[in-house]
Amino acid sequence: MSGKTMQNTVGAGRRMNELPWREGLLLLAVIVLVIALPYIFTSGHSLSLLSQMGIAIIFALSYNMLLGQGGMLSFGHAVYYGLGGFITAHVLNMVGDGRLAIPLELMPLIGGLGGLAFAIPLGYINTKRSGVGFAMITLGIGELVAASSLMFTGFFGGEAGVSTNRVTEVTLLPFDYGPSIQVYYLIVAWMLLSVLGMFLLTRTPLGKMANAVRDNQERAQFVGYNPRIVSFIQFSLAGFFAGIAGGLFAINYEILTADTVGVQQSGLVLLMTFIGGVSFFFGPILGAILITYLSISLSNITEAWVLYFGLLFVLMVMYAPSGLAGIIMQHRPVWRAGKLGQLIVPYLVAAVPALILFFGAAAVIEMAYHRSASYDPSVPMELLLWDNVVITTVWPWLFAGLAIVVGGFGLRWAIRRFKAVWDDIHEEMAAGGGA
Amino acid sequence: MFELIVFSIINGLVYGMLLFMLSSGLTLIFSMMGVLNFAHASFYMLGAYAAYQISVYIGFWPALIIAPLIVAFLGALTERYGLRHVHQYGHVAELLFTFGLVYVIDEIVHLIWGRLPVDYRIPPSLDFSLFTLFGATFPAYRGFMLLVALVMFVVLYLVLTKTRVGMIVRASLSYPDMVRALGHNVPMVFTMVFALGTGLAGLAGVIAGNYFITEPGMAWAMGPIVFVVVVFGGLGSIAGALWASLIIGIIQTAAVALPYSLADLFAALGLQLTREAPLADLWFLELARIAPILPYLLLVLILVFRPRGLMGTRET
Amino acid sequence: MSTAALRLVDVHKHFGSSHIIRGVSLEVQKGERHAVLGPNGAGKSTLFNLISGRFAPSSGTIELNGQPIHGLPPYKINRMGLSRSFQVTNLFQHMTVFENIRCALLWSRGYRYSFWHLLGWQKELNEEAEHILERIRLTARRDVQASLLSYAEQRALEIGTTIAGGADVILLDEPTAGMSRTESDQAVELLREVTVGKTLMVVEHDMSVVFNLADRISVVVYGQVIATDTPDRIRENQAVQEAYLGQMEVA
Repeated sequence: MSGKTMQNTVGAGRRMNELPWREGLLLLAVIVLVIALPYIFTSGHSLSLLSQMGIAIIFALSYNMLLGQGGMLSFGHAVYYGLGGFITAHVLNMVGDGRLAIPLELMPLIGGLGGLAFAIPLGYINTKRSGVGFAMITLGIGELVAASSLMFTGFFGGEAGVSTNRVTEVTLLPFDYGPSIQVYYLIVAWMLLSVLGMFLLTRTPLGKMANAVRDNQERAQFVGYNPRIVSFIQFSLAGFFAGIAGGLFAINYEILTADTVGVQQSGLVLLMTFIGGVSFFFGPILGAILITYLSISLSNITEAWVLYFGLLFVLMVMYAPSGLAGIIMQHRPVWRAGKLGQLIVPYLVAAVPALILFFGAAAVIEMAYHRSASYDPSVPMELLLWDNVVITTVWPWLFAGLAIVVGGFGLRWAIRRFKAVWDDIHEEMAAGGGA
Repeated sequence: MFELIVFSIINGLVYGMLLFMLSSGLTLIFSMMGVLNFAHASFYMLGAYAAYQISVYIGFWPALIIAPLIVAFLGALTERYGLRHVHQYGHVAELLFTFGLVYVIDEIVHLIWGRLPVDYRIPPSLDFSLFTLFGATFPAYRGFMLLVALVMFVVLYLVLTKTRVGMIVRASLSYPDMVRALGHNVPMVFTMVFALGTGLAGLAGVIAGNYFITEPGMAWAMGPIVFVVVVFGGLGSIAGALWASLIIGIIQTAAVALPYSLADLFAALGLQLTREAPLADLWFLELARIAPILPYLLLVLILVFRPRGLMGTRET
Repeated sequence: MSTAALRLVDVHKHFGSSHIIRGVSLEVQKGERHAVLGPNGAGKSTLFNLISGRFAPSSGTIELNGQPIHGLPPYKINRMGLSRSFQVTNLFQHMTVFENIRCALLWSRGYRYSFWHLLGWQKELNEEAEHILERIRLTARRDVQASLLSYAEQRALEIGTTIAGGADVILLDEPTAGMSRTESDQAVELLREVTVGKTLMVVEHDMSVVFNLADRISVVVYGQVIATDTPDRIRENQAVQEAYLGQMEVA
């Protein structure tokens, strides 16, 4: 189930000039859903979460222009996100002061141009190397920009950052964008535009050559392309879209701090994109939604959420490097062959020990946190379904340990069984009528 | 001024040798396996914490021996069950794996020891002043650190140049594929080298943890500088790592101590700038304040202009 | 006398202290099919790498249609009309067969680094890619990812991407490596068809391929050309026989 390569079979293609009715309908459904979401999840908290997801989707997709499509691993992509945001904030302030008259609806474009303006010179430096060298340069530049935020206090606003006000009274449509629901729809509009833009880019000569350079730099040279220029342009465009996300960030939160350009933010978008899956266009969308949701809700439940994220990431690198999208797409041929139903029972059977293992491990982690973080560890804590867990006694640890062992062995057995069913299905498919 | 320079050099040397302990291991791992072990400084941190824990129960001197061994063992496990599995997915995956490992190790340290610094102390037997120079004392412990680092260097040098295993490792530094083709059990060598590298990092943690401070942020503080040293020194070269460590150690130490800025440089050349000048923020920035980012600046410059580093035998 | 398609004059290449290519002078005429033979380690691949720009010669000149190309990066040389295939299959492994060919066409059809042309709407480009697919007989595998093709299919795709750009000087590095007799014969047939009118330089070990395909042969031993002549005369050449010790017998 892990996928031997990081990339997967490109979906079975269709003739270039056929109109994609099914995809078009799906897209329409998604758009309708996205527009309707605030009426399904009506709390203010949900709206804020949805807005965050929208921004994260643009950011993660822009990152995948580098990683998944261009083969460029960057540890400093937040630079263009954050700088786009800072520029937007400054321009917004200028509009608020009356010095400029740019409508709010176009502000994300300003952010994008800001991101682009920095991506061009920095991208030129960055793309001088490839592979690990490239990754290290992005790290270095990322840290440099983050550190310089304390030096250039005029632009970065020092410790307090730069605040702004999105209600500038210069708008195209008759809204003032004060209420968060209006901001949500602004984000949705730009998200749809950006997603469309980045998707279409993958179908252009540059987009395809970026893939080619990713796959085989040497071959790319022998079809006449300078790989460095291809990477440079792809990098710059990725910076543009990251800047758009940054601009929306500025509008949404009305404050920018040095964190937004920092390595934590860069790490987070890497996490989102990778977990979502780098080999498919929609992968980062999944990752952005999931990780945004988890980071907000998990951090409310437990202090250990960074550890859970880290473990999730490491486990995915080891066992599912094609990400969520990769896993989903591996099921596509099975679904088309009508055999998906055969997998339901094996999945359920595997879910049981998996959950036991998970809860056992989570219990250990939570108890350990409680032990090191609280003044008096002997005070009973809440743990899952139990209210009065006293961690200074041996019993909770014993139970948790037992759960881990039982869950672990059970999972190994269940995975073997699952694999057998999976292999059987594929044999049937190869023999009979395949996908 | 003279005192400042002397102190900077002496302290810089000590710091540089510490950097060398860390960077020699990283160079070995990077050169041999092509893996840039992001989590290298995390093993350094584990060494410090392990030594703390052991010194609480038993004492410092046993910790000096046991803690690095524990870290080396953990390193071997990481390589055998983690890195080796990820190897099939390519360099990017390996990089991502070690990247994720940083977060995981960080959090595990939080989990066990909490977020505050722990009281890992210099043993009383070493807690005295070795000599005084220009009115400032030179702690014996710093001399001890230097001693350990030197001993480590000598042992490493002897092992690499005089033993058969060392010869294989050295060959693998420059020609890993060839060594594999010659039939050596490369996976086993990899595990050993990874264990050695992380063990060295752990040792550095043992002796530095009580001198500096042992807290969860120490991995992030040390990590980037070690990368710069490795890149600066050059791929495939331990000697390069040594020179780079010393140079960067001295520069870092000196930069923090010197209250000069670019404006001072201009003034010395006859150009007076005022604080209203454009980009005043930049000209009046004191060296001490940009000291933290000097490593990154150096990293970018080297990668762009001389990716081979000082003495590298291969390009990054 | 028209300029030679490819001209090497006293080319040397050192790697550190190893002197791999020791003064090679060679001319390939326009439209000629020129084979390069030699024992393993003689430097044939290095020679190809020098011509195609992967390495720069330590000394000496290399000219393509009269223009110097030594020291130029591969993409520039490619744009001047030289293309090559590789001994180890070198494709865009995660892209489909069709996309591989189409990428090979992009530059020569003028698309450059465009990110404003939608490929789906480029009728002529797509038709031409389909046409090349037909010629290399991979139309049925159009939408299969390159890494999933059989070995012979990959080699055919390799040839396709090499000739797609319209280069008129083509370097082929062991095009039939690893193939069975039948596959080899098919590959040679394909090569003959798709390289009509082009200048060909081929490194090969399969003697029957060489003697079928080549107008002239150069034999390289220890980084030097010891003989350049027609196949029949090469077969009788004393020095060549010594170098090969009887390997010149056609199967």
